[in-house]
Amino acid sequence: MTTITLRDTASPSGATPATTTGQGFRTATGGMIDRRRPLDFTFDGRRYSGFQGDTLASALLANGVRLVGRSFKYHRPRGILSAGSEEPNALVELRSGARREPNTRATVAELYEGLEASSQNRWPSLKYDALSVNALAAPVFAAGFYYKTFMWPAALWEKLYEPMIRRAAGLGRAAHAPDPDTYDKVFAFCDVLVIGAGPAGLAAALAAGRSGARVILVDEDHRMGGRLLADQREIAGRSGADWAADALAELESMPEVRILPRTTLFGVYDHGAYGAVERVGDHLAVPPAHAPRQRMWRITARQAILAAGAIERPHVFGGNDRPGVMLAGAVRTYLNRYGVLPGRTIAIFTSGDDGWRTMADVVAAGGQVAAVIDSRASVPAELRRAAEEAGAQVICDGYVTGTKGHLGLEAIEVVDTYGSRQTIACDCLAMANGWNPIVHLDSHLSRRPVWDEAIHAFVPGALPSGMVAVGAAGGAFTLASCLETGGRAGAAAASACGFAGAAPETPKTDPESIAHTPLWRVPVSKGKAFVDFQNDVAASDVELAHREGFRAVELLKRYTTLGMATDQGKTSNLAGLGIMAELTGQPVASVGTTMFRPPFTPVAIGAFAGHHRGKDFRATRHVPSHAWCEEQAAVFVETGLWLRPAYFPKPGESDWLETVNREVNTVRAHVGVCDVTTLGKIDIQGRDALALIERVCANPFGTLPVGKARYAVLLREDGFVLDDGTVARLGESHFVMTASTANAAKVMQHLEFCHQWLWPELDVQMVSVSEQWAQYAVAGPRARDTLCGIVDPGFDLSNEAFPFLACADVTVGGGIPARLFRISFSGELAYELAVPAAYGDAAWRAIMAAGSAYGITAYGSEALSVMRIEKGHAAGAEINGQTTARDIGLGGLLAKKKDYIGRLMKERPALVDPDRPILVGFRPVDRSQRLRAGARFLAIDAAPSLAADEGTMTSVAYSPSLGHWIGLGLIRRGPERHGTRVRAYDPVRDGDIEVEICSPVFVDPKEEKLRV
Amino acid sequence: MRYSLLSVLGQALRGQRDWKPQWRDATPKTEYDAVIVGGGGHGLATAYYLAKEHGLTNIAVLEKSHVGSGNVGRNTTIVRSNYGLAGNIPFYERSMKLWEGLEQDINYNAMVSQRGVLNLYHSDAQRDAYARRGNAMRMAGIDAELLDREGVRGMVPFIDFHNARFPVKGGLLQRRGGTVRHDAVAWGYARAASDRGVDIVQNCAVTGIRRENGRVVGVETSRGFIRAKKVALSVAGSTSLLASMADLRLPIESHVLQAFVSEGVKPLIDTVMTFGAGHFYVSQSDKGGLVFGGDIDGYNSYAQRGNLATIEDVMEGGMALWPGLGRLRLLRHWGGIMDMSMDGSPIIDRTPVDGLYLNAGWCYGGFKATPAAGFCFAHLIARDKSHEDAAAYRLDRFATGHLIDEKGMGAQPNLH
Amino acid sequence: MRIRCPHCGPRDNGEFSYLGDAAPIRPDGMEAPPAAMHDYVYLRDNPAGPHRELWYHGAGCRSWLVVDRDTRTHEITGVSSARDVALSRRTGEVA
Repeated sequence: MTTITLRDTASPSGATPATTTGQGFRTATGGMIDRRRPLDFTFDGRRYSGFQGDTLASALLANGVRLVGRSFKYHRPRGILSAGSEEPNALVELRSGARREPNTRATVAELYEGLEASSQNRWPSLKYDALSVNALAAPVFAAGFYYKTFMWPAALWEKLYEPMIRRAAGLGRAAHAPDPDTYDKVFAFCDVLVIGAGPAGLAAALAAGRSGARVILVDEDHRMGGRLLADQREIAGRSGADWAADALAELESMPEVRILPRTTLFGVYDHGAYGAVERVGDHLAVPPAHAPRQRMWRITARQAILAAGAIERPHVFGGNDRPGVMLAGAVRTYLNRYGVLPGRTIAIFTSGDDGWRTMADVVAAGGQVAAVIDSRASVPAELRRAAEEAGAQVICDGYVTGTKGHLGLEAIEVVDTYGSRQTIACDCLAMANGWNPIVHLDSHLSRRPVWDEAIHAFVPGALPSGMVAVGAAGGAFTLASCLETGGRAGAAAASACGFAGAAPETPKTDPESIAHTPLWRVPVSKGKAFVDFQNDVAASDVELAHREGFRAVELLKRYTTLGMATDQGKTSNLAGLGIMAELTGQPVASVGTTMFRPPFTPVAIGAFAGHHRGKDFRATRHVPSHAWCEEQAAVFVETGLWLRPAYFPKPGESDWLETVNREVNTVRAHVGVCDVTTLGKIDIQGRDALALIERVCANPFGTLPVGKARYAVLLREDGFVLDDGTVARLGESHFVMTASTANAAKVMQHLEFCHQWLWPELDVQMVSVSEQWAQYAVAGPRARDTLCGIVDPGFDLSNEAFPFLACADVTVGGGIPARLFRISFSGELAYELAVPAAYGDAAWRAIMAAGSAYGITAYGSEALSVMRIEKGHAAGAEINGQTTARDIGLGGLLAKKKDYIGRLMKERPALVDPDRPILVGFRPVDRSQRLRAGARFLAIDAAPSLAADEGTMTSVAYSPSLGHWIGLGLIRRGPERHGTRVRAYDPVRDGDIEVEICSPVFVDPKEEKLRV
Repeated sequence: MRYSLLSVLGQALRGQRDWKPQWRDATPKTEYDAVIVGGGGHGLATAYYLAKEHGLTNIAVLEKSHVGSGNVGRNTTIVRSNYGLAGNIPFYERSMKLWEGLEQDINYNAMVSQRGVLNLYHSDAQRDAYARRGNAMRMAGIDAELLDREGVRGMVPFIDFHNARFPVKGGLLQRRGGTVRHDAVAWGYARAASDRGVDIVQNCAVTGIRRENGRVVGVETSRGFIRAKKVALSVAGSTSLLASMADLRLPIESHVLQAFVSEGVKPLIDTVMTFGAGHFYVSQSDKGGLVFGGDIDGYNSYAQRGNLATIEDVMEGGMALWPGLGRLRLLRHWGGIMDMSMDGSPIIDRTPVDGLYLNAGWCYGGFKATPAAGFCFAHLIARDKSHEDAAAYRLDRFATGHLIDEKGMGAQPNLH
Repeated sequence: MRIRCPHCGPRDNGEFSYLGDAAPIRPDGMEAPPAAMHDYVYLRDNPAGPHRELWYHGAGCRSWLVVDRDTRTHEITGVSSARDVALSRRTGEVA
């Protein structure tokens, strides 16, 4: 065993390495820090020095810094309680600028060169915090006081009380700038996942790994070994730390074992799914180039072994929050692992044999133990003898009742079994009140832990299959039982996965005693006795909750905020439950626990999002003509995942409207081309293809001949319109259905459902070919002329040979297979030409070239929309899931003599009510006025009210063909009211104009342009 | 004891010793005029308004666990009345008005915070849909403003205006919307109802609904049979299970909705904001945590937990909208079981069983409805007639076609 | 959550979309009574326990699946192709 001696700061520093300058609490030797690698850091702007291997907390303690933060409510000075992720007090703002990380636990923040940390929740400074006056008002600020006041006058809540509370609340300050770092995601699969690399986890991983199973071993610490690094233990004649190092070396040599340090297993999800976050770059000032800050692991494991260890419990007594009061296990960690003695004079308050171990380690390191106070009446004689030999005062059946000191501990007040009180000077108090197994992870699948009276702690209850808790996490506290349960579980998990695993022989360990009698609170104590340090919940708050009826654990938690801080009550929950159990006279087992929820420790939101942020939030789909559109400086618009060209501005055009008007006018007078690839395209084949189409479409198809297309309207089973599109019959048993851009996936899924589930007997196959075919609408009086330059000679495009609604397989550009549909959304002579997507760009350019002689324009989604409104075609704004076919003027199309999806439900009384709003057209009475979609219709003289509401304007456009704004809308009894006037009322845009109801078809109502 | 600054100061001097239980932990009587099943926000509010508005005090609230143990304590605390359909608008505005006077009415500070609810839009079509909704609100006398991009920037300058996949173009703002401290709503109603004589019976699970000649006569419970002339179900999440005790099948599925809270930080955002191009909404609690949520997991569930795919989806939405969130840490996520109805809207109605009343189908909108649901359900129970503000919430609307489908998603609960 | 697709193997539930209870049978044909259609479209048992339900493997093989899952524990006890289930139901009807 290494001997550690405290460096005498009074002696000349020549004998000691220069690098420990200022680190007055660093031992001269020992610890697992690298003394050859000093690191400079700052805390609240002051420079300090530590070593590689330190945490911020150990480095601060080495420098004698005990005051680290201020508490949430009372702004009491707080120090470092623990040495791990359970830390409630030592929270700092780490880094600065866009990388500022509030509420960072100093106990897990690895030190790096140049680390910057600041205390938080204090003003103007940590030492002189103005809001510490809150402590004076502590008698008022009892649990839940805010539910009883701040109610008068009501208006002051938002103006005064709430801003005041909000400014005082919250801990650190978040960064305001976008996070400059990146986050990765990894998906991993394994046979055995081992969570925690302490003695139990290492034993489990070894046993499983030796069998050949694929093992993943994770631990939140950067150095694996758990308590073996923190305690002076022996395994098989070696130090525990050496044994751990050997175990890791062996694991590293196994090809099927993956070791993930700095990785917190934060959540357990269904079916063997686990979430873990690996801190790849957090121990550096900035992540290395090309490396993420953190990596989110989604691990799928067949077996999981929970070996996350246990968390020590503090004692509850007056002033137990004073900086310098620490967990006894943490004192040993700082001493043994980091070479830091957290105090010059250390006192120990214990309720079990475990605390005495701390005394031994401190003494062995040359530290001074002032006293050991054990709350138990009966303490093994050899423990007492050892303390007395070390010169420590021993008080059994006694308590620490209070603490003294300004910004840190200076003395403790103690009462002994006879009631006599004394004050003992010390600057560090180590508390040992037993350990709680970490049952958080096994609770994530809604399993409650159960009380184990033998160890006075909650242990895992029945676990889901494939999951087992071992070592301290399973309530096996001795080192021997950690090694034994771990090894056994590792072998069992491996064999459950089909690997021949044998439990290893448990190595011999030094003897230990874990006898312990928990003390939920010190019965006689002065001042605030804290249960939840971070949220400033004291024992008196638990009493108040009890008095006011908040006795169920969930109510206790919510009323007092016990366990709701960033540590989620890791050190506080049980004390709260224990006190409530005392107050209600129930055993702790009956009080129960609150539900532990993921994540185990807080996880950066960026890590969950990974690369899905900024432009990469969602995939971007480009139309086949995208490159050409970019060359033309088109303006694009997001349409679902698609980026569609909205319009194509030309030099000299002053605004979007001028451009869109030009595109519309060109189409109506000459010819235009629009990329409509975004439409859904479903290829349907098979003997029963038509039968399926008949059942999913509400209009009849029985007479559709080969070579013809037809408009199609699809309903949902509840009778509302699902979508509209076209169905083209390319062959006897071959159809292509189109769906709208927005509903393409939905319609595909719907068709598959109808086929696979409703009518599986139909002989039909279908596949989405939306991405396989580029599709272009060529529209306008010169559309045929344009296409003649594209479609290979020999195909007769004449109106007689290829009339409106014809479709055919053709070839273009000298033999490239294509499909031609004579369908029109614009109301012009129009075709849609589909070519294999690989030819999309070439075909587009060829169309532009072929049309140039006729003055062709490319037109975007805006002009497309203008022309469909001019023609009165319903689109997404009308087919919004709330309208029936009748509502949008398609009632007459529906089949009478066949069963189809939605047939029955559309006949419900409310859906055929003559008062339902129905689609018509609108134009402003004053033709110079602009219409707005979303305006509501009111009678001219009606006062605005819900009762007066007659419907809504759904789509509007400026019609260059008519020279004024036009609209489509749904209004009560619309078709009966052509020529009448109503108000289009749009208060959110200060609009209120008179409009006239008209036919929804504004352009070419006789369809003369369509069929030429 | 009446709650006031004075009583709080007085108790501060007396070591907080004189406070009494906030509500009586009643032992059930053998018979009541009415029992309300479910001691959540809605059930307790119903009891309170039954006592206050209708003078009924021989009533009990039966809660299988403890007061407020269900969704009232699991939601993301948002209140608003920014609905677009005539069936919903008056109801939610009734609720908003009740929120505005709640604390003085029940003498309990539930921290009603009217910090505004801002729904962002990202396309012209979405803008027009919000205008349509905002105009309907304005016609009903409810505040609504349509903001452009600059208007949004003025409120939430930190969101992504530069590099967004779906650029923010504006938003619909209801300034009177905001948040309320959810647990306090349950406790405040429990205390106020208890003060008026209502029995609040905790740890009392209903195991059966006893009927005679087609009429309800009482409920079987884990604490024995309790006779009652009227039985009112207010058990969102478990509605189908309770209804099946009376052989009813309902247009409801139970789904899990997850919610999230970050570590507490100093004030960052002082409104409620919803992303219009992904599943994410956020506000900041008075304690400092960002409270956020997204879409339901999407499958029937009675387990109060969700899965990672949904969690990641929500966080992606958050980062897409607000890239400064990256280093903020998620503290806790949990799930609540929602009554997802077939049109996305609730049911407050009688049932085909005489004496059995139903308040259900709240989807993920039940919290904001708490006062009005209690108010209107009490009216229905006391008078056997729907309150005019909840007249559209009929159980038979699925047969008649009077659906209230704000999103137009149809009869698929997980899409609402 | 993971679903063992009969065609693709065990896959993350993010690949699937959910429809709902597989028990209601569509009343086909011109003679179907509206009340039966109402029940089919709107009413659900919504049990807390074993549930036969329809999922769609949209990001995989595009198969509709019938999944037996416990709504309290999410334990999945069976997954089959919906088309096979529907076909065998048809056969049953004929027999």
